[in-house]
Amino acid sequence: MNDKVTNILLVGVGGQGTLLASEILTEVLMLAGYDVKKAEVHGMAQRGGSVVSHVRFGRKVHSAIIPEGEADILFGFELLETYRYLPLLGANGKVLANDLKIMPLPVATGKERYPAGLAEKISAQVPQSRIVNGLQLAIQAGNDRTVNTVLLGTLATLLDIDLDLWRQAIKKLVPEKFCVVNLKAFETGLTVGF
Amino acid sequence: MKKTVLSGNEAIARGAFEAGVKVAAAYPGTPSTEILENLVSYQGIDASWSPNEKVALEVGIGASFGGVRTLVTMKHVGVNVAADPLFTLSYTGVRGGLVLVTADDPELHSSQNEQDNRNYAKFAKVPMFEPADSQEALEFTRLAFAVSEQFDTPVMLRTTTRISHSKSVVTLGEPLTGLPEPSLSRNPAKLVMLPGNARPLHHTVEKRITDLEEWSSRQPWTRVEEYGGKIGVITAGISYQYAREVMPDADILKLGMVYPLPKAAIRAFAANYETLYVLEELDPFIEEQVRAMGINVQGKDIFPLCGELTPGRVHDALTGEHAPLAHSVDEPLPNRPPNMCPGCPHRGVFYALNRLKAYVTGDIGCYTLGFMPPLSAMDTCVCMGASIGMATGISKVLTEEDRAKVVAVIGDSTFLHTGINGLMDMVYNRSTATVIILDNSITAMTGRQDNPGSGFNLAGDGTYQVNIEALCAAVGVKHIQVIDPYHLEQTKDVIQAEMHRPEVSVIITRRPCMLVKRDNLESKPPLFVDSDKCTACRACLKIGCPAIEWNPEAGTKGQAQVNELLCVGCKVCMELCKFDAFGVVDDE
Ligand SMILES: Cc1ncc(C[n+]2csc(CCOP(=O)(O)OP(=O)(O)O)c2C)c(N)n1
Ligand code: SF4
Ligand code: SF4
Repeated sequence: MNDKVTNILLVGVGGQGTLLASEILTEVLMLAGYDVKKAEVHGMAQRGGSVVSHVRFGRKVHSAIIPEGEADILFGFELLETYRYLPLLGANGKVLANDLKIMPLPVATGKERYPAGLAEKISAQVPQSRIVNGLQLAIQAGNDRTVNTVLLGTLATLLDIDLDLWRQAIKKLVPEKFCVVNLKAFETGLTVGF
Repeated sequence: MKKTVLSGNEAIARGAFEAGVKVAAAYPGTPSTEILENLVSYQGIDASWSPNEKVALEVGIGASFGGVRTLVTMKHVGVNVAADPLFTLSYTGVRGGLVLVTADDPELHSSQNEQDNRNYAKFAKVPMFEPADSQEALEFTRLAFAVSEQFDTPVMLRTTTRISHSKSVVTLGEPLTGLPEPSLSRNPAKLVMLPGNARPLHHTVEKRITDLEEWSSRQPWTRVEEYGGKIGVITAGISYQYAREVMPDADILKLGMVYPLPKAAIRAFAANYETLYVLEELDPFIEEQVRAMGINVQGKDIFPLCGELTPGRVHDALTGEHAPLAHSVDEPLPNRPPNMCPGCPHRGVFYALNRLKAYVTGDIGCYTLGFMPPLSAMDTCVCMGASIGMATGISKVLTEEDRAKVVAVIGDSTFLHTGINGLMDMVYNRSTATVIILDNSITAMTGRQDNPGSGFNLAGDGTYQVNIEALCAAVGVKHIQVIDPYHLEQTKDVIQAEMHRPEVSVIITRRPCMLVKRDNLESKPPLFVDSDKCTACRACLKIGCPAIEWNPEAGTKGQAQVNELLCVGCKVCMELCKFDAFGVVDDE
């Protein structure tokens, strides 16, 4: 293991389950033997606001917050939030985003408009980007509530970590009755690939 | 030893368990809440929610005087509420170790101010530890109990949001055994703080601080790390991580105890460097004391005083420039402010208050979001419980016409926290204001904790449920009404009538929080908007439900749509639509 710290920034909307996804990711990285840190904020920010979770791993990690412009992977669960946090991505960074729009309040009440063409704008700025339709894939995998796990499967193809550790972490952190569907969703995400 | 990933809060709970804590009390508050939520799952610990932080600390003091190790936790502003017992507990000292966790919130992620509670340690003259990651959160919690007993003092443990809510790898320890059994033991000269007893104890307190200051210089948590640098940094807590991240070559004096400061160690370290920084969030707490020792340091002259530190902010302060970024967003983006949930019972109340143009003295909870457009129905919010006192105060100075507009709005948990005293005063001093108690039977804002009005305790067991109506009646309120805030018409009418009553009245709007699972709310089918009937009047947008989305492309002038994935079928929007455009999906 060299001294390089890898930074993954997860962004989404409160209520989307971003925090469970970052929980699974953190567990996987610990199982893989890395020093890992995760930072996020609970409380007010979760009431439908924008939600950010920083995950960093390597031989030794100091700050849990990713230094600005140093994210290696921007992992977005919603398009506007993915675009909003683009400046935190490093020059050679990658974007993995869910093709989903959730209207923020000023848009829902007709005061502002949801920006158009976000998927294209992201792809134009970041050559290594992949935008997947998580919901469609989740339905294909058999359960529309497993979007995040599908996306984690795709993320797994970007990281050099034993896939069994992912399955182990999912089994540990997902409630038992949803385990089978989530493992299936994870495989679907894997086959999609980055 | 077992390795695992824990948040700072989980690590504190684990540390308390390992330290042999028997009693824990708290009032929820971000970012402290998860400590007790975790602790309650350990065997043999009596962990409970108190109605407020003062009570929590008093429960803790009692348990400590009974001879057991006791943990009390709260958010930073909670210590303001608990300050009265704290300052005198400093004089009495403890029997079983007592640790008070203060979880501060630099950057105000979820708070009304960003006070720096290290000042409380100095003010109350109690030692304070500050961990820099989850491992230290666990270890310092254990340590704090030992120090509490060794020096006969309460000990504070300060975290910040980035410690409380960040996760890192932790090696667990073994629980302590063989701690003394609790018992009744009388010692009034130490525990009854009459002037005659307290006066000599003040000397004890001052000596204790001097002793601790000298002792902590020689302890392992006062640590010099040498990286061969020409620059020295004195730091503690989360700031230590930023120093390592941004100044990898600087030598570091890492403090574990931030009050009292280990002055001998600081002097010895400082002597080696021409360039010396103090890196700390918020107040120049360490810096001022180091300067007072006659040592010249750089601190708040370059690092920000407000907000939290981040690696970027530390870098910018040190170099005086902002590193260029590879990517940018060049267009203004719509913000994504937090909002009440779809079907939140508070929504209808604020809609009514907005229509009635009430002057709303507000309070703290999910309902503070009633301030946000389009509801825009809150005029003040200062601290928990303040709504009622403020309504009394402002009513005193207004004309009769304006006075009728004043309405205090307060949640059930906040009412039981510190609102009831204000209500007593309102009646006692013949105010005429109106109070609305938003009773969703839970402490929702902090993630749904039980409270004395919910009928359940922290362990999830059923218990006596405070009768809020009877409580209001007992302090002398004559006009008390209970209404269902889903009925918009009735809600508005009742509020309007009570606003004009020249006497104190209380309206209790009762409906459980949408997210409380215990009530097993029947899930209701979502609604839809009939595009043949929607006239684009936009009336339904005025309640700000996240499930109602304006589609500017639909119809000729745009139309409302319901997001089926978000709608919980509360039907409040249906009451607003004059054109009967909302229908229930199943009824189609
Ligand atoms: C002194 C103090 N303690 C704790 C908090 C954290 N806090 C903010 S709102 C709230 C409780 C809100 O509960 P309730 O009044 O029932 O309103 P709800 O969120 O359920 O609508 C708490 C504990 C605080 N801001 N100040
Ligand atoms: S958590 Fe409960 S009280 Fe808070 S906004 Fe949601 S429904 Fe309302
Ligand atoms: S019924 Fe109407 S107000 Fe209630 S959640 Fe659904 S869209 Fe929102």
